[in-house]
Amino acid sequence: MVQKPGRYTGGELNQIVKNWDATETRVALVFPEIYDLGMSNLGLAILYDQLNQRHDTLAERAFCPWSDMENAMRAAAIPLYSLETKHPLADFDIIGFSLPYETLFTNTLNALDLAGIPLFSAERTTQHPLIIAGGHATFNPEPMHAFIDAFVIGEGEEVIHEIVDTYQEWRRSAAPRPELLEALANLWGVYVPAFYEAHYHPDGTFSHLTKQLEAAPLPVTKRIVPQLPPPVTRFIVPYINTVHNRVPIEIMRGCTRGCRFCHAGMVTRPVRERSVEEVVTAIEGALAQTGFEEVGLLSLSSSDYTHVVDLVRAISERFTGQHLTISLPSLRIETVSVDLMDALKDGRRAGFTLAPEAATEKMREIINKPVSTPQLLDTAREIYSRGWTTIKLYFMIGHPSETINDVQAIADLCKAVLAEGRKVLGNRAKVHAGVSTFVPKPHTPFQWVSCDTVENIRAKQDLLKRQLRGKGLKLNWNNPEETMLEAWLSRGDRRLAQVIYQAWMNGAKFDAWHEHFNFQAWWEAFTALGLDPAFYTHRQRPIDETFPWEHISTTIRKKFLTEDYLWSQAGDTRVDCRNQCFACGILPTFAEIRREHPGKAWGCPEVKSRRKGDKSNTILIEQVAVLD
Amino acid sequence: MTNQIRLRITFSKTEAMRYTSHLDLHRTWERTFRRAGLPLAYSQGYNPRPKIILACALPLGITSLGEILDVWLEKGMPISEVLSALQSTLPPGVTIYHLEQVGLQEAALPTQITAAEYAAEILESVIDLDNRLAILLSEDHLNRERRGRGYDLRPLIENLSRLPDTAAGCQRLSMRLSAREGATGRPEEVLDALGISSHSVSLTRTKLILK
Repeated sequence: MVQKPGRYTGGELNQIVKNWDATETRVALVFPEIYDLGMSNLGLAILYDQLNQRHDTLAERAFCPWSDMENAMRAAAIPLYSLETKHPLADFDIIGFSLPYETLFTNTLNALDLAGIPLFSAERTTQHPLIIAGGHATFNPEPMHAFIDAFVIGEGEEVIHEIVDTYQEWRRSAAPRPELLEALANLWGVYVPAFYEAHYHPDGTFSHLTKQLEAAPLPVTKRIVPQLPPPVTRFIVPYINTVHNRVPIEIMRGCTRGCRFCHAGMVTRPVRERSVEEVVTAIEGALAQTGFEEVGLLSLSSSDYTHVVDLVRAISERFTGQHLTISLPSLRIETVSVDLMDALKDGRRAGFTLAPEAATEKMREIINKPVSTPQLLDTAREIYSRGWTTIKLYFMIGHPSETINDVQAIADLCKAVLAEGRKVLGNRAKVHAGVSTFVPKPHTPFQWVSCDTVENIRAKQDLLKRQLRGKGLKLNWNNPEETMLEAWLSRGDRRLAQVIYQAWMNGAKFDAWHEHFNFQAWWEAFTALGLDPAFYTHRQRPIDETFPWEHISTTIRKKFLTEDYLWSQAGDTRVDCRNQCFACGILPTFAEIRREHPGKAWGCPEVKSRRKGDKSNTILIEQVAVLD
Repeated sequence: MTNQIRLRITFSKTEAMRYTSHLDLHRTWERTFRRAGLPLAYSQGYNPRPKIILACALPLGITSLGEILDVWLEKGMPISEVLSALQSTLPPGVTIYHLEQVGLQEAALPTQITAAEYAAEILESVIDLDNRLAILLSEDHLNRERRGRGYDLRPLIENLSRLPDTAAGCQRLSMRLSAREGATGRPEEVLDALGISSHSVSLTRTKLILK
């Protein structure tokens, strides 16, 4: 028998099974990882909910089988199937892949292969499903351009309906497949790579993109929803344990902090919030339908949610005594955060997480996450004194202009925090340091920066391993070779598609799994194609370089990113943009939408009219342009 | 504490639920009670756990028509109310056959179990089945190894006999195996001792025997 057969059965509480034959359009939603991880993905749950609300559409789930099941399926010639009705994926009209991170790329190829569907978009015909993909990794879609027919750039809640409508019209018209792709390319937020050709300079750097279809948009602007739709409450309750086995409720989307390393913080702008009432009602609804004992309140920065104090109060009033664990991740390093967590007290006081990301004030200024060290230590003391025994500290190494002294400072800071704990708790106090390696991401102010070399990373990790041992200290780190893979794939151009294909042919899959990660497969793929991996990772890019992802517009202007990058080199920080609009590009692009959705739900200033406003908090489009 | 009641539920574990492990089944029941809005009692202490005790772990993949659990509620309420609240929120694969109140002071449920009965439907006919049964039952010892430990299977077999074939002509066996702490017979082991692959058998636990 295979391990955990419960991954492959479907049939869980709250799954939605529709009449296959009586439903016009059938969509398979694939999270190309094992069930245990995929079932924890909120994006998948949102699209499942959205699509199944339509009477003319059904959405079913599929995940990658773990190797034991894959071997059994291949041996028995069983194609990859959906969990709800066990239909082979090839029988669906549309297959949507969720790609929140790059290490899912080979799994996507493997899933298509297991489904018996040609991997390359160009090889697929009208008889094959339409293959679409979305998620944060598709803000640089180029490495996967050869395999995906159409990418969704940005938020999917509305555009997924337009895609289904477009598909249905095309099916009724019986037109050839290119007409479907053409119609899709005209939807806001959809990128059809086949309609563009990439050109490179003799030195290998990216030059420009030319259109193969006059009507294709250039750039392709990301999709946003003006207002967050009502949260999903009818979550599927797995029969087996999954990574996050809980109710996830997004309280806020976007972030105004502007940490320069943070991809999510840049691509999910603008900030949009849900009301306390909406969140609390959603929790009640979800608990009644699932019985989950844990709720995760999700956002990129909980402390910045305007009503966080009210929310915490409302939740503790409404749910006290129900043995409910509430997690409120991503809190700022300040004592107020400890008050918030205290109010959500759940009995369990296992670990309190803080993410200073860097250990010196100077480095925190470079990355624009300014926190003073005394403030961090004050917060730590407060955490220990309220009964938490463990503080988890998240750092990154490999920040731009980092020296070995900055790494030494990580060890010193961890010990300083532990010393605070010992004052309160004695030897019971613990510090767990999670030290990952910085990867410069597209669309961020650090997109020009070179990634640290494997040798450097190893030297820095060795220092930390030597220093962070002994009672009360624990260290986690990433394999530097896995970091390289993440860097190649996130910063890649179209030429990477062949590398991904070759690596998959060489056996690469489940790249995010230590036991499966196959560096050799990737290295050989680069070699076979005559590409130098270091070109993608270890090259400080000139300030005027054109990036292969620039045709994908997050609406944050390159000028803004350039300026912010130069500011970081000068040690200048930017304040929370709720205090001052820096005209990153969001508001000028979406001024019309903002005008139609006034009020506090957006983090950006209001846009009331094109004429002079009279309220001080009203910023005019003209003013925004001036600031730029 | 004083108002707590203790209930005993006999239920099925079928369909996809048969791949739910002991630990996950425990969680499934906790969630069922939470959905039903019933006042589940929790243990005291640092890490409160719901007071639900499953009688006897079932090997993954085997369906059951006779699982038993004990559960404590914070306050007394009519059995019929509990039952109807649960019925409306049961997950697929679970049916409640019986619900009764039992004494708070009764011994822990797992210690009350003495044996388990299984029905095995053999999908690929075994011509000399009667002969194999006779040979196995005539043995005084059946020394076997499981997970690197030797043990004697024979004393754990309380009963092993044929049931009438199914309408489709499948052979069937009935087994009653010891299910005491430290002396639990596994039906796949019995099948293996008979030279029958458990992959070609559909196994169902039909009953748990209490003292």
